[in-house]
Amino acid sequence: MSSSPEKIVEINHLVKHYGKFHAVEDVSFDVYRGDVFGFLGPNGAGKSTTIRTMLSLIKPTAGDLKLFGKDLLTNRSEILSKIGCIVEKPDFYKYLSAEKNIELFARLSGVAVTKMKVHEIIEFVGLKGREKDKVSGFSHGMKQRLGIAQTLIHDPELIILDEPTTGLDPQGIIDIRNLILQLKNERNKTILLSSHILSEIELIANRMVIINKGRTIVQGSVTDLLNGQELIVSFSVSDVQKAVQLLQSDSSIKIASTEGNSILLHVSQSQIPIINKRFCEQGIDVFSIETKRKLEDYFLKLINN
Amino acid sequence: MFWRSTYNEFIKIAAKPRSYIGLGAITLIVGIILIAMKLDGMMYISFITAPFEQSLAFEGNILNGNLMAFIILQMLIIHIPLLIAFVTGDLVSGEGAMGTIRLLLTKQISRTSILLSKYLAGCAYTLIILLWMGFMAIFIGKMMFGTGDLMVLKSDGLVILQESDISWRFFYGFLVAYLALVMIATLALTLSCFSENSIGPIVSTMGVIILFTIIGTLDVPLFDTIKPFLFTTHMAAWRSFFEDPLPMDQIVNSITVLFVHIVVLLGIAIYKFNKKDILS
Repeated sequence: MSSSPEKIVEINHLVKHYGKFHAVEDVSFDVYRGDVFGFLGPNGAGKSTTIRTMLSLIKPTAGDLKLFGKDLLTNRSEILSKIGCIVEKPDFYKYLSAEKNIELFARLSGVAVTKMKVHEIIEFVGLKGREKDKVSGFSHGMKQRLGIAQTLIHDPELIILDEPTTGLDPQGIIDIRNLILQLKNERNKTILLSSHILSEIELIANRMVIINKGRTIVQGSVTDLLNGQELIVSFSVSDVQKAVQLLQSDSSIKIASTEGNSILLHVSQSQIPIINKRFCEQGIDVFSIETKRKLEDYFLKLINN
Repeated sequence: MFWRSTYNEFIKIAAKPRSYIGLGAITLIVGIILIAMKLDGMMYISFITAPFEQSLAFEGNILNGNLMAFIILQMLIIHIPLLIAFVTGDLVSGEGAMGTIRLLLTKQISRTSILLSKYLAGCAYTLIILLWMGFMAIFIGKMMFGTGDLMVLKSDGLVILQESDISWRFFYGFLVAYLALVMIATLALTLSCFSENSIGPIVSTMGVIILFTIIGTLDVPLFDTIKPFLFTTHMAAWRSFFEDPLPMDQIVNSITVLFVHIVVLLGIAIYKFNKKDILS
């Protein structure tokens, strides 16, 4: 008999108003232990306000916030001791070294942290050799890494990363993604990840919530949510004309466009092998099958609706 | 956790270049005053003693280290608040401007503890500034000018204090001066809780001091009722220790007013800091 996974975050009907401005109207979602949880929404959807509320940086107007099964408002200190976070951009004391910054935040985390542990964490995020350098000389990517080091120093159970890849170059994005996966796989952390880069979420998250205009639109398993959706699939074939003629007879398949040797189709996942089989039976060679921007399309569809 | 946070605040103040501006400025100003008095001090003394020369004979080392310390304390107590506000006004708002307040307030330590540790560190910085000024004025002053009786010019006459009767007056005078400067540090910290940039609280603190000082000096009946309650009226209370006999009622009243200001302002700061939504 398997027990259901423990809920680490339970947010129910969160509301935050600033006077007449309604930043969050009705946001609800749950994060389970071990999740890499994607938190998605367009600019101004209320993601940062929700995250700040979860970290007690902002007081909610209404709603319930439970973390680790306890109410945030009455158990702030205990809850925050189990969380590591980066909110928006990782800002540090520029006039202090990387090592001093980590030590300084570690002192407020309620655990005894040794110099060796600080160095170990700095090495883990790939900043070995830069411990003594002042943060003022760090690039944005290095600050992000230092931010992650800061989140890990007290070995938290939940890590909240708000837009961790914003402003990074492609290599930086890959590095941070790998670091997040390492945290999940090697350190068994639960990670709540807010990002604009949908492909990132698709690659690393197992569950997600999408919010818009301060309201939850949908939440659940990434696979379940996306599998029920039509995909855009690109078939690279030997004879595009013949392939188009073959598919036009099937009303369940929508042809989006053709580009060179490729034909783009709106289909469900289950239709892909059937189409492939039909092409082969008709003597049309299939060179490649590629699904395109699955989450991006799903996200835009939800937001635009 | 509170002491860890306080230790952090000491590290931050010690690492900030702006913290040394105050010490540098005091060294420079006191140095200039001492050198100027060494070169041309007797002219200054004769200006003070001129009205009394027909009835009094002045003997001994009048231009001495004690007089230097008194003059310097009197001159700088007006300007030190700027140096204090420069650091304490930045304690909360500087974190907001830098963005570090987001990380700081997501730690398990309570907001009240964070604010009080900042306040304690700010008070310690204020003490260091005052002690440095005391060291420069008293010790360097005595090294350069020797010791002697202290001559204090008042609006209604001249008070001569024996050399053996001065040290304790400086000690208590510095204590009350410290209370006045802590009051400035509290005001700057409180204003810092309302701001998201570093400059605002510093300028506002100086603005309040200038406004209250103007009100205190204007001889308008309307202001007479509020003057006794303005902290600026009591900023120079340390001077009372150089009177003979000591005006104890006046001293106790000044200490009470300054203390009440500190408690009320700190209460406002704690309330505001706890209620504050961190949007930066």
